[in-house]
Order: sequence, then structure tokens, then C-alpha cells
Amino acid sequence: MRLGRITGILVAVAAAGAAAFAVLAWHPAIAPVAAPPPASPDVIRAGETLAALGYCASCHTAEGGRPYAGGRPIKTSFGTIYATNITPDARTGLGGWSLDAFTRAMRQGIDREGRHLYPAFPYTHYTGLTDGDVAALYAFVMSRMPVEARTPENDLPFPFSVRALMAGWNLLFFREGRFTADPNRDAIWNRGAYLAEALSHCGACHSPRNALGAEVTARAYSGGEADDWWSPALDAGSTAAPPWTEASLTRYLAGWDPEHGGAGGPMAPVVAAHGRVPRAEIAALARYVAGLAPPGQAGRAPVDRPVRVEDASLARGATIYAGACAVCHDSGGWAAGGVPYTAPSLGHRTTITGPDPRNLIHVLREGIAPASHARGPYMPAYGEMLSADQVTDLAAYLRARFSPDGPWPDLRETVHRLMPDAPVGRAGPSTTASAKEPPR
Amino acid sequence: MTGSIALSVNGRRHMVEAAPETPLLYVLRDDLGLNGAKFGCGLGQCGACTVVVDGRAVLSCLLPVAALEGRAITTVEGLGTPERPGLLQQAFIAENAAQCGYCIAGMVMRAHALLDRNPDPTEAEIRAAMAGNLCRCGTHRRILAAIRRAASSRKGDRAGTPPPATGAGQGQGQGQGHGAAGATAGRVRS
Amino acid sequence: MTAPLHVSRRSLVGGGLALMVGVPFRRAALAQGITPPAVKPGLPGSLKQAPRIDAWIQIGSDGSVTVLTGKAELGQGLKTAILQVAAEELSLAPAALRLVTADSDLTPNEGYTAGSHSMQDSATAIRHAAAGARALLIAAAGRRWGIDPAGIACAGGLVTAPDGRRLTLADLVEAVEPGAEATGQVPLRDPAAHTVVGRSLPRVDIPGKVAGGAAYLQDIRAPRMVHARIVRPPRYGARLVALDTASVAGGPGVIGIHRDGDFLAVLAGREYDAVRAMRALEKAARWEGGTPLPDPRTLFESLEGYPAERTVIHQTGQGAPAGAGRSVSARYRRHYQMHGSIGPSCALAEFDGTRLTVWSHAQGMFPLRKAIAELLSLPEEKVRCIHAEGSGCYGHNGADDAAGDAALLAVAMPGRPVRVQYTREQEHLWEPYGGAMIADARAVLGADGRIADWDYAVRSPTHLTRPGGAGQLLSARLLAKPFTEPPPKALPQPEGGGDRNAIPLYDLPRARIAHDFVKAMPLRVSALRSLGAFVNVFAIESFIDELAETAGTDPVAFRLAHLSDSRGRAVIAAAAERFGWGKPVGRGRGVGFAFARYKNLAGFAAIAVEVAVAPEDGTVRLVRAVAAVDVGEIVNPHGVRDQIEGGVIQAMSWSLYESVAFDPEGLRSRDWSTYPIARFPDVPDSLDVVLLDRPGQPFLGAGEVAQGPTAGALGNAIRSATGVRLRDLPLRPGPTGGAASL
Ligand code: FES
Ligand code: FES
Repeated sequence: MRLGRITGILVAVAAAGAAAFAVLAWHPAIAPVAAPPPASPDVIRAGETLAALGYCASCHTAEGGRPYAGGRPIKTSFGTIYATNITPDARTGLGGWSLDAFTRAMRQGIDREGRHLYPAFPYTHYTGLTDGDVAALYAFVMSRMPVEARTPENDLPFPFSVRALMAGWNLLFFREGRFTADPNRDAIWNRGAYLAEALSHCGACHSPRNALGAEVTARAYSGGEADDWWSPALDAGSTAAPPWTEASLTRYLAGWDPEHGGAGGPMAPVVAAHGRVPRAEIAALARYVAGLAPPGQAGRAPVDRPVRVEDASLARGATIYAGACAVCHDSGGWAAGGVPYTAPSLGHRTTITGPDPRNLIHVLREGIAPASHARGPYMPAYGEMLSADQVTDLAAYLRARFSPDGPWPDLRETVHRLMPDAPVGRAGPSTTASAKEPPR
Repeated sequence: MTGSIALSVNGRRHMVEAAPETPLLYVLRDDLGLNGAKFGCGLGQCGACTVVVDGRAVLSCLLPVAALEGRAITTVEGLGTPERPGLLQQAFIAENAAQCGYCIAGMVMRAHALLDRNPDPTEAEIRAAMAGNLCRCGTHRRILAAIRRAASSRKGDRAGTPPPATGAGQGQGQGQGHGAAGATAGRVRS
Repeated sequence: MTAPLHVSRRSLVGGGLALMVGVPFRRAALAQGITPPAVKPGLPGSLKQAPRIDAWIQIGSDGSVTVLTGKAELGQGLKTAILQVAAEELSLAPAALRLVTADSDLTPNEGYTAGSHSMQDSATAIRHAAAGARALLIAAAGRRWGIDPAGIACAGGLVTAPDGRRLTLADLVEAVEPGAEATGQVPLRDPAAHTVVGRSLPRVDIPGKVAGGAAYLQDIRAPRMVHARIVRPPRYGARLVALDTASVAGGPGVIGIHRDGDFLAVLAGREYDAVRAMRALEKAARWEGGTPLPDPRTLFESLEGYPAERTVIHQTGQGAPAGAGRSVSARYRRHYQMHGSIGPSCALAEFDGTRLTVWSHAQGMFPLRKAIAELLSLPEEKVRCIHAEGSGCYGHNGADDAAGDAALLAVAMPGRPVRVQYTREQEHLWEPYGGAMIADARAVLGADGRIADWDYAVRSPTHLTRPGGAGQLLSARLLAKPFTEPPPKALPQPEGGGDRNAIPLYDLPRARIAHDFVKAMPLRVSALRSLGAFVNVFAIESFIDELAETAGTDPVAFRLAHLSDSRGRAVIAAAAERFGWGKPVGRGRGVGFAFARYKNLAGFAAIAVEVAVAPEDGTVRLVRAVAAVDVGEIVNPHGVRDQIEGGVIQAMSWSLYESVAFDPEGLRSRDWSTYPIARFPDVPDSLDVVLLDRPGQPFLGAGEVAQGPTAGALGNAIRSATGVRLRDLPLRPGPTGGAASL
């Protein structure tokens, strides 16, 4: 039968494909080792710096958990993946991993037992690391205190739960290979490129991803997502006002820049970790990243413009701003003697000038807190203080006053989605409030 | 510009003449004559001004009155009086949970909101919930003891049994004598 | 006996003082000056300055008893303890007594409430004055009844004869010998019979504080009160070169703008109007110039570079040759640290055209009166300073400055009470800090494992720039006709300032201890709880551990081997025992011990701690602490416990987290985000206080005994946990280097 034959051929092809795929997907386990050879303190220290630049702890540490002991849920559009325990614990961590096993995981996304890792672990970037850096990272990780902590099972629906499928994903989207320097660029730029592309994996958040979760390299650095925050574009699409410079990026990555402020959300642990590495590394990263946008991208100056007070929502937002925000944000900026870690104007903030209101809503909801006992930007959380409608009014006002672009579409819906537990304002502010001039 | 704003504070309705952006703290202290909420920083950093709005702890130094119309505001005065302190206040008194006391009204209100939502918090939950409120006198351990004491006396109330006495440290009794809660005294004749 | 006392404005302070009307009162009890001269040097406590019994204990014609103290409630529980002491000697319930604290019109002049002196000075005086008052009442009753006073009892407000006849205090008040002085010889109640002293009477002030009572200066709302806010220069020494007042003066509710040189303030009827106007005025003012600060990276080099006056404060065994042995030396340093009271300073003042009344939460109402009188060119009698509670006070913070500001503004606006409230940023920037210090220690450890020679020098700026004169008030130096700040002074031994506790209590056969007093003050500095003792005890106790380690001896045993003071040995033994000293702890954990007798003449404290150090970032957490203290006779065990707990937690915060940030442009620690302090999650899981009570012994004071030992114990525990010896306060092991090798 014709149909039967065709089916037969298809089955045969599929079987052959599956067999080929199985060969592709199969990787041997690497035999466990008793204990890694002792590393010199200098190598461990170098690894510590590299681990900070890769901010490994930010994923591999659960909320309130021991550093590097894993367990943090990473939400992806396919389901939740739990970061693994990378302390050298024999049963639940990397104990028994040889340098070869570690290298294969870093560069190919295959664990010691031969199973595929998901690209939430950015081996797609780490593949570019030098042998020396992988070895230093290994030495650092293996020198941590072993913590027994079993990583929870991933929460992924079929078919994403089939790890072997990652072989196909790798075939489509993954290119293994070391970083190669650009001979036409200076050494600092190249160092920055190496760090950004391989170790700091900036593109993992700042580039868009396709339907299968792979970075769209053609549109690298045009903005992306992390943890339901949007990651600003680092290329020509940046709305930063004034545009980023090497100097301002260096300050920002080290903790704080008077013009652009500090990091929030998923970027906060990145900056916290970067703040601990030698300044030269940060400066190199900054040179590379600043170069992603066309030079001299002028015309982006902070905006602070009058707001239409006839709009009741904007007027309510103006009142909230005057009572809640102005005490810090109209204080002139830190450099001018105002409240610490405030900018001269909120027109500097991409949370307000960017295309997406989510980061602003997140920041209003949860505030900003420096690491314990560290000096750093602070903002109280309004998630328990203002209703979703009040946050909507405030966000609309901030946008109208401090961004040259138009209102955000779907602002109200987004606020309500991100603040499901917000207190309920039972009535709007009185009408007298809406007649008020916005503070200038 | 000043407007008339209706506020519900400790179960009573007040009409307040104030600019709509006036932070609640100034209205509570200056217009309503309430002493509980304190000015500590005015920047939302210390919690001295904490009050409860619709069951949630808020910083009154940063909350414009206009945003509060129709919402139920509770201050430390709403929990009891110096003569007839409420249950949580009694716990603070019993544990000597104040040195200068300037932070304490804020602490009481933060704890009140916590216990309302989580009547039986763990030690870690209490510490996390209270982390935003600063105390410079180092009264923290007394405050923690007071919150634990209040939580267990609430439990006792619900179960219809008298509130258990909570030792503040290890192995101390209640009472007024030497060696009571948290400190042991050996009398040395000299 | 005398004309009724008229207390003006008593309505402002919650009616408490209204009850004073009719109380016999004499100004004769009051002495002048900062440290009032002793008129009866032989008497106990502050009776030296004010020997009259009615300076301390007054009985009204209605039989009510009022206790007066020149000391102030700063959050240390003074009111409760004083009432207990008086109640015990008078055999009255504490609740039956009224208490008046520091008020330059009413109470004895006891200088500052500072240095853990309140119990030593004031409670001691009151104890004897109360005993004296009891004796006077009994004597009066004896005369009335014509019987031998020996059999007469006085208790519960009644004086009772052996045959059962009774008189009330009101019956007797007219018969009491007027103007009698305390002798200090009247027998005190037998400690064994105490019913009030030695008991944990609940703090009398807490119910009001937890339930919104009018407990603080901030809670005074006077009729016609004006709210003032100050606009300060952006940095030390900047001058106001241009000011556009027009826009601000017309702002809502603004009553006026006050400018005198660089002293700038705005006044409004409503507080929030004053806040808004202050913000506008800040923008309308242009300041120029200013005194550059040192580069923080070379802070200690610059401190070494300033000229210093050397005083050798202790020398012993110099005649004998220095013993042979291993020489050990180390340098310890402390960054600038601040008080950081939770409430910024506040003050209220009213001028009626002739007399000025100031309500302040500063530490000394009499010294403040003197400063304000000089500031305004008023005779001292025309100024009255009344203490009202503010936020916790740990030394010389912004309170005096705020009082000076309120006084200046009140005189400019007669008839209206003026309330000054500083902002958080103003308090952070302008309060006088605890100064940066360097301590150099060198010792020779003999072959017998004992210290053979000890050489120590501490370099420090002053620890006292409190008013006494107008030049010490901040705004006085900003006026068009400015007062100048008097040159800083070193506080003399035995209490000392920067050299407080620089002399170890240990037995040292040969020692030389010097104080290098630095006059330069690039940052404003003054008294911060325990003054130099914090640094000296940290240095000595760290160094003792370093020596013990060199000797290969357990640190507690090493201390005991060098200490013959029996009370010192007792607290060390008690802390070690309760802590379980010597038991092993887990990886990343360490234990540390430290001891000191505050000022070498006050309370004893030994502290043992366990810390956990996170290897990843070097974060130190104090997990467990035991403090054993001997502060003489204990009046209120809970009160002492709370002071020790608070002291340990505050000193932990200083030791682990705190330093004032600055750069040549100015100060950077402007708020809590730039001056982080301990929070709830940092507080130890357990903190045991062991009290060694000494009934019948003098009160030694508890307020500051824990500060130095806490720092020393933490440094030693970090060494034990990480192998790293940290010698700079705050102690920061840091994420790299030592921590990476953990
Ligand atoms: S006064 Fe509101 S948080 Fe400090
Ligand atoms: S008790 Fe003084 S600040 Fe908390």
C-alpha cells in the first residue's frame, strides 16, 4: 500500500533521526574524583573575582539560603528551573566533579553524569571562557564550604522536561567555541568583550529571545527580559538620558552613578557582585558595553515638563508624588546636596523613560534596599501603602512628566497584574487635590 | 492649596483641613494631636512613623493624606491607652521593651500588622518583618520577646486558657524579684 | 515655709509640674557652672554640690512627696531607678512619689547626665537625702509627741509612735526643721530588708511610650506655637552668598524667614508648611566655599600628622630593667562613628520679653542655660532650661544645638513658643561624632608567659565639646557676629577622654601609658557613649588576646593570670562559666572574650561572644553573647539587664558596621542609607546577662560598661573564626583575601 509505504519510510526516517539524535544527545558520565587537587590561594582568589563577574551566587543561592547551595527557582516561559547546588558537597553538590566534568558543563551544558543542562544556565556564553578561567572558577567553587542541599526537581511540563531534547536545541542554537579577540580593537575593549560575552553573559537578559528561548543574535542587546522585569536596550534603542558613557557605566556597574542611579531587580545582584571586583575589569566591561550604542547619540536629555492637570489621574498622581516622592526626588540629587542616591531629576531614569512600565511598578511595589550593612540606594516599598490604582496614577504622572514619549499602553492592567495583593483604595483623593498644580 | 479630607483614624471619622499631599504623619501629630507616630527620618528609612492602614503597616511620613480617604487608619492610640493598654502594648510593658522608646510606637504597629496576618510567626519571620524598623538603643531583643509574648497570649485567648508566661532568655522566671526574665543575679555579700 | 512656687508654662509639660505648687523651694540649693563646685566635699554623691535635703526631697503641705534630680531620663531608665531608691528610704510606694528631673529652676545642678554617673551621683545623693528626710520627719514627730525618736517608725506615709499614735506627713510638714542639710551619716535601710531596691520594678515611663501618651519633648503642643526648620550650610565653613527669599516668604503658611549671618531658618504656623518652606529655602540659598575634609583614604596618616600634646598618664616599674622576652606590637584604629539617635534633635523655646524658657533633651540643663545666656546676652537667671525626653541619647548629639536655635528664634519672636525640629540629614551631618583614634600597643612577653613590659599610646581628638559656652553651639558660630569655638580640651584622668580606660586593670610590673591629645578636629567631634574607652578597651583586649596567643595560653586563663582585682575576676569567671568557655564551635564560627572595668573605677563587665563568619563575603554575625557585670548594688535588675543588652547590641553595630563616610568635598553619611546600622536580623540569637549584685556597695552605673568589651570580644572572635586579626573598627573581614582562604 502506498500509504503504508510512505508511513514506513517516514517511520524509518524518524527512527534513523531518533537514532542519530540519540547519538547526538548521549554523553558519557565522567568518573567522579575523590577530591580535586589543591589549588593555590592566588588561583582561588582569581576564581573568586571571576565568580563575582559571572555573579554565579545570584542564581545559585536560594532566598535566605547558603551561598552557592542552589535551590533558587528560575522562572522561564517554559516552566520553573531550580539552580543547582554548586558547593563541593559529595551527595548534593559538585563533590566528585573533576575539572574535566566542570569544563564540559561550562562549555557544553552537559553535567558530570552526561545529562543535558538547560540554557537557563548560560553555557551558551561560558563556552567562550579560557581554559585558565574555567580552571580558576573550578578551584574557587571547590574551595567553598560543602553544603548538603538537594536541589528541588524542576517544574517543567512535557516535552520540556525531556532533557535529551536539548540536544536538538543545541543543534539549532548553540555554537561551542572560545572567545576570539578583535585585532582591530584595543586590549581593554577586547577584555570587556570577553567578559560581557562569555562570563557576565549580558546578552542573556539584554537580548530578545525567540519562541524556543534562544537569544536572537541578530538583535543582540536590543533589550530583553528577566524575571518579569524588562532589560533595557544597550544598543541604539537605549532610552538613557543622557546616553551612557564609559565613565557613567563604570560607576553604575560598581554600584551607583549620579545620573543614572543604581540597579534594581535582577540587575541588583549583578551590580552588587561587580562592586567587589577590581575596577579595571568593570572599566573594561563599560568600554565594551558603551560601544554597543552608536557614538554621540545626542538628543537624549532628561525631560521634566508640565503635566496636564485636567487629567484626573495625572492630578492624583501629582499629589502622591508631592507627598511621597518629592522629599527625596526633588531634593536636587545627591551631588547637589540632596538626599543620597537620588538623581537631579527622575528624567534620568530608564524605568520611567523606557518602553515598558514593569520595572517602575516593581520598584514602587518592592522598593530598593542595599545589601545588609552596605551603603547603597534605598527606596521604601509602596506595595503595602498604595493601591494598584494609586500606583497607576503615580506611574502615569511620572511618565507624563519625565519622559518625552507618550503614555504606556496597558499601564493599569500591568499594575493590577503585578500587584495582585495591593491594598484597595476605597475612594480616590478628593477633588480639591486634582485642581492642584503639579510641583515644579 | 488646602482642602477638606475625610480620614478614619482609630475608628473615628475626622475632617481635616490640609493640603492633599501632606504626609499623614503631620496630620496625625499636629491636627489630630496623636503622639504615637514619630518623626524619625521623613524619608521612609526608619519606621518610627509606622501606622496601620487597612491592616497593613505603612510609613506615615510618606503617605499623602489624599491617598487615604476611606481607608481605616490605626495608630498606637487605637490599641489602648497608658492606663488600659491593649494586649500587644501590655506585652511591651511586661518585657520592658523600650529604652528611650522613640522607635517603639512604630515597632508596636509593625508587630500589630504582622500578628494580624500571621498570628503565630516564627522567630525568623518576626525578625524579617521588623527589619525595616530601626532601633538605636538596642532594645531589639526585648521587642522580639514582647512580640512572642503577645503572639502566645493571643493563642491563649483563643484557646480560652490564660496566656502563658514567656521567659525572655533561658531558664528565667517571671516576677519582680532578683533573677527575673533575661538576667540572673547572684547576690554577693561584700 | 516659703512662697509657693510658680511654674510658668506648666501646662506644656503635661501637668506634671502643676503638682509642685506649694512645695517649699529654695534657689539656694542651686549651684552654677558646668561642674558645680563642691560645697561639701565629704558628702556622698551629688550632695557635695547640693547638701540641703529639700534640694532633693520636698514634702508638700498636702503630704505629697516630690523627688528632684538634676539628672535626666535619656532612655536609660533613670526615672524608675531614682524613684525606687527614694521610695526605699522613705518606705513609700514608688507610685506615691512625684519626680522632677533636670530643670535649671527647680532641681540641683548635677552638670551633665553622662558617663554612667547618674546612679553614682544622683541616686546616691537622693538615697541619703531621703534617709535624712525620714530622720527629720521622725525628729519632728518626736518633738510633737515629746518622746524619744528612736522608737518612731516612718512608713507608708505615716509616722507611728510605739504606742500606736500616728501622724501623716502633711501633719508634720510645718514642724520639719527648714533648710536642714544631709550629713550622709543617717543610717540607710539594711539591704537585707529592701523591698523596692533590688526589684525589677517595671519602667514607669513605658506605658505612656507604648500607648501614645505625651512622653516626649516632641509631644508638647503649646498654644500659638510656631514651627521652625533650619537651613544649614551644605558643608563645614560654607558661607551664604545669595538668598532669594521672595518666593519662599510668600509660600503657604510662612510666618517669616530668619537670617543672621549664615544662620538661616524659616517659621510657619503649621509644621508641614515649615517643611515645604525649608525645602524651597534650601533651593533659594547659594552657598560658597567651605573647609575641605581630609582624604578618607589617608585619614589615619593625617591624624598622625596633626600636632599632639603628649601626657604620660601612667608609669610604673620604670626603674627596673625591662624584662627579656618576645616583643609584640600592634596598632588599632577607629573610624569616625556617630550617635544616630532615631529621632533627630528637637527643642522648644519661649521668650516672654524678659525670661526665656527652653525645653531640651540635651544632657545638661545648667551648662545649656549658661551657653544660651551667653548666646543671647541674657543674665543666667533670665534663662530656664527644662529637660524633656527626646529620642535616645548616647552622648553629645544635636540636642544642644537645637536648643540654641530655638532660643535664637524665640527671642526674635517674643510671646510665641518656637519649636525647632531638625531633619534626619541635619542630625546626621551636624551632630558631633566620636572621633577617629589610633592606639599603639607594644609589650614584652616574658619566658614565664607573663607580660614583662607594656607600652601604650593612644592618639585622639577631644571627647568633649559640649556647651558650657555659646561658642560650642553650632548656630552661634554661624551668626553675623559669630562666637568662636573655644579650643578643645582633654578630659583629665582618672576618668579621661580619649585616654579613658587606656590604663589596663591588669597587673603589669612595668608599664608606660601615654595620651597624645590632638587639637585638630577636621570633623566635628564630642562625647559618644564611653568616649575613648570603646577604642582603648578594644585595643587592650585585642592585644591581650594577641599576647595570650603568642604565649600559647587560653585567653581567659591569661587574663585571670594577670588580674588580682577580685571583682574583675568574679565577672570573668561568671561570663566564662555561663558561656561554656572552652567548648569547641563549628567551622566558620569563633569565640572571643573581653573584660574591662569602666574608667577603672566604675562598673565591671566581662563579655564572651560567638560569631559566625560567612566565608563568601566575610559577613560577621554575632550569634550568641554572655555578659557578666558588676555595677555595685543593683537597684533594678531589669534596668541593668536592658542597659547591658542595649549596650552590647549598639556596640556590636559600631564594631561591625559603622563608619562616617566623607571625602574632601564633605560628609557623605547623610541618612540611614549612607550610615547603615544593625537591624533585627543582625541581633544575636541569645544574649544572656549575668548580674553580680553587691548589696551595700556603691552604685557604679551600667550605661557604658558593655561598649568596649563588646568590641574586644568581637575582634577576638573573628580572629578565632577566620585566623585573621582585625585591628580597625569597624571590623570588616571583607570578601577577598582572608575569606577566600577559609
Ligand atoms: S519617619 Fe517615616 S520612616 Fe522614618
Ligand atoms: S528604644 Fe530607643 S530607639 Fe528604640
